[in-house]
Amino acid sequence: MNRSRRIKLQIFRITVFLVLGAFFLVPIGAMFEFSTRGNAINAPRTLEAWIQIAKTPGLTDAIVASLELAAITSILMLVLVLPTMVWVRLRLPRISRIVEFICLMPLTVPAIALVVGIKPIFIWMSNFTDSILILSFGYVILVLPYSYRSLDAGLSAIDLKTLSEAARSLGAGWGTVMWRVVVPNMPSAILNACLLSVALVLGEYTFANLMNYENLQVAIAYVGLTSAGTSIAVAVASLIFAFALLLILSFVRRPRTGFAAADPVELDLAKPLALSGAVIGRAGR
Amino acid sequence: MTATGSSEGRAGVEVRLEHLTRKYATTTALDRLTLTLAPGELVALLGPSGCGKTTALRLLAGLEEADSGRVIIAGKDVTNVPANRRNIGMVFQAYSLFPHMSARQNVEFGMQLQHVGPAERRERATEVLDLVGLAAHANKFAHQLSGGQQQRVALARALAIKPKVLLLDEPLSALDAKVRARLRDEIRRVQLEVGITTLFVTHDQEEALAIADRVGVMQSGHLEQLGPPTEIYSRPATPFVAEFVGLTNRIKGEVHGGTVDVRGTRIPLVDPDVDDGPATALVRPEAVTLASNGEMEDGPLVGTVIAIAFLGAMSRVTVDLGDTIVLAQMATSAASQTPAGTKVRLTLRPDPVLIQREQPAATAP
Repeated sequence: MNRSRRIKLQIFRITVFLVLGAFFLVPIGAMFEFSTRGNAINAPRTLEAWIQIAKTPGLTDAIVASLELAAITSILMLVLVLPTMVWVRLRLPRISRIVEFICLMPLTVPAIALVVGIKPIFIWMSNFTDSILILSFGYVILVLPYSYRSLDAGLSAIDLKTLSEAARSLGAGWGTVMWRVVVPNMPSAILNACLLSVALVLGEYTFANLMNYENLQVAIAYVGLTSAGTSIAVAVASLIFAFALLLILSFVRRPRTGFAAADPVELDLAKPLALSGAVIGRAGR
Repeated sequence: MTATGSSEGRAGVEVRLEHLTRKYATTTALDRLTLTLAPGELVALLGPSGCGKTTALRLLAGLEEADSGRVIIAGKDVTNVPANRRNIGMVFQAYSLFPHMSARQNVEFGMQLQHVGPAERRERATEVLDLVGLAAHANKFAHQLSGGQQQRVALARALAIKPKVLLLDEPLSALDAKVRARLRDEIRRVQLEVGITTLFVTHDQEEALAIADRVGVMQSGHLEQLGPPTEIYSRPATPFVAEFVGLTNRIKGEVHGGTVDVRGTRIPLVDPDVDDGPATALVRPEAVTLASNGEMEDGPLVGTVIAIAFLGAMSRVTVDLGDTIVLAQMATSAASQTPAGTKVRLTLRPDPVLIQREQPAATAP
C-alpha cells in the first residue's frame, strides 16, 4: 500500500471514529450537562441531582436489584445456553437450526406480549417468593438472541469436536470438558454474552413495570416524575457502569496465552458505544 | 526415558473388535468388522475415504457407539464403557492441543484427571516430552509450535496417561511430506520403545506399509485383506487391494489352464483355480522391464516411451503400446537410457498376478 493511500485510509478511519463518537457521546454529554444544571436560570453548576441518587427512597434498592438481576441472568443464561449449544453441536447437529430459531425468537416477540404470555407462570411462582429476582427467569428469555449469537461465534472459532474428544480420551467427563476445555477457550465470547445480558437487564423497563416490580429503569421513570435531573443522572450513571464493564472486559480479554488470537469475537472502540445504545434503547421501551 | 521405564505397567494388551457394525441412516459404515491386535502390535487400517477405517477407530475409542458387535481390550468387554473410562490414548488428525495450555500443561491434563501427584506428574511430563524430543519446548503454547511439534506433543499427551491402547487417526495428514516421513519414523520408534498396542488409521499406503506390523486394507466397511506389508503388496488377495496398494497395470489377456496369456507372455495366476476365458491381468510396474536395441519389429509388447517420471533413485516410464498404456518402474539410471520417443520392447516378469473378469453387461428386464 503506498503512502498517500495509507494516509487517506487513516483519515477515513479517524473521521468515522469521530463521527460515531460524536453520535454516541453528544447525547450523553447533553444528559450530563442537564443533570448538573441548577434549579434557576443562570444558577451555578451543581451535583445535587447526583447526590440525590443515594438519598432518593427506593432508588438505591432498585439499582442493587438490577445489578443482582444482571448477575443472576448472566449466570442462568450461561448455564442454560452454553451446555445446550455444545451438546447440539456435538451430538445433535441436525437440530441446530431449530435451536437457533428458538433462541432468536424473542427478538420477534414484543416484551409486552412476552409478559402477557408468561405472567401466569410468575403468578404461580409468587406463591413461593415475591422477590424481584424472579424476573431473571423472564430476562433469560430476553437475552437469549444476543447471548446465542455471541456464544455461537465463540464456539465456531474453536474445533469443539476435536478438543472435546481429545479431553474425553484423556479421561475427562462432560463437566470437565465444559469447565476446563470449552470455557477457557472462548473467554471473549462468554464475556461478551454476559456483558450484553448485563446491558440489557440494566436497561429493561417494560417487563419489570408490567410485572409491578421496581428495577433501575422503573425507578428512573418514577424519579423522573418528580426530579428530572436525578433520573437523568441515574441514566448517565448506568451508562458509565456499562462503559466501565466494557473497559474491564477489553483488558481482561487481552491475549496472554495466544488462544485469544484465534477468537474472532473482537471488541473495538465502537462496540462499547453501541452497547450503551442498547441500554438507552431498552430504557425507553 | 528408558524403554523399561516408559513401558512399566503398560506392556501391550490384546485388542479385539468382534463383528462391529455401525450404520448412519442408510449407509453401512462398518459391516461386521472383526480384527484382533496382538499385544504390542501396530496395525494400520488403510483404505479410501468412507471405507470405515476411522469409524472402526472411533468405536474402539468409545467416541461412537456400535449398532452391534463387541470391543474387547485385555480380555475385558468395554463396548459399553464411555470414552473417558477406557484408558485409551489418541492422537487426532486435526491439531488437538488445548490452545490455552502450554505443552507441559497439555501433557499433564490427563494425569491430573487420574489424580497423579504434582511431583510425579511433572516428572512424567518431562519424560514423555523428552521421548518425543520436545522437552525444551515444554512451556510453549500450541500457536508457538509447528504442526509436527504439535502432533508430537499430542503423542506425548496420549502416552502420558499410560494408556492400554494407542490410537492414531491420520495424525500425519496435515503435515508436509518431509515432516510426515520424519514423524512417521518417530511414532514407530516411540511405539516400539513403549511397547503399546497401536491402531493407526491412514489413507496413505506408503505410510501404512512403512510403519505397521500388519496392514488391514478396508473397503465398504469390511476388511479386504489383513497381513504384513510385504504380503499386502506382493500377494494382494483381491483386485481392490492390488489396485489400491501400489500402482497396477491393467492389461487384457486370456486365461488358459491356471495361467494368463498377456500379449504373448504366459504369467501364472495367484489363484489358478479359475475358468478359462478373457480377463484383465493386474501387473505391477516393477514387474515390467524394457529394452531398446536399435531397430525392432512391431509386436504386441513393442511401444513408444511417452513420459518418464523421476522419483529419485527410481523412475516410472510410461509406454504407449498403441491400444493401451503400460507403466514400468526401474532404476533411474536404466530409465535414462530410454528417453521419451524411444521405441522399446517390454518384458513381463512371470510373478503370479491377479485377474479381473469383465462384468457382464446389464440386461434390460
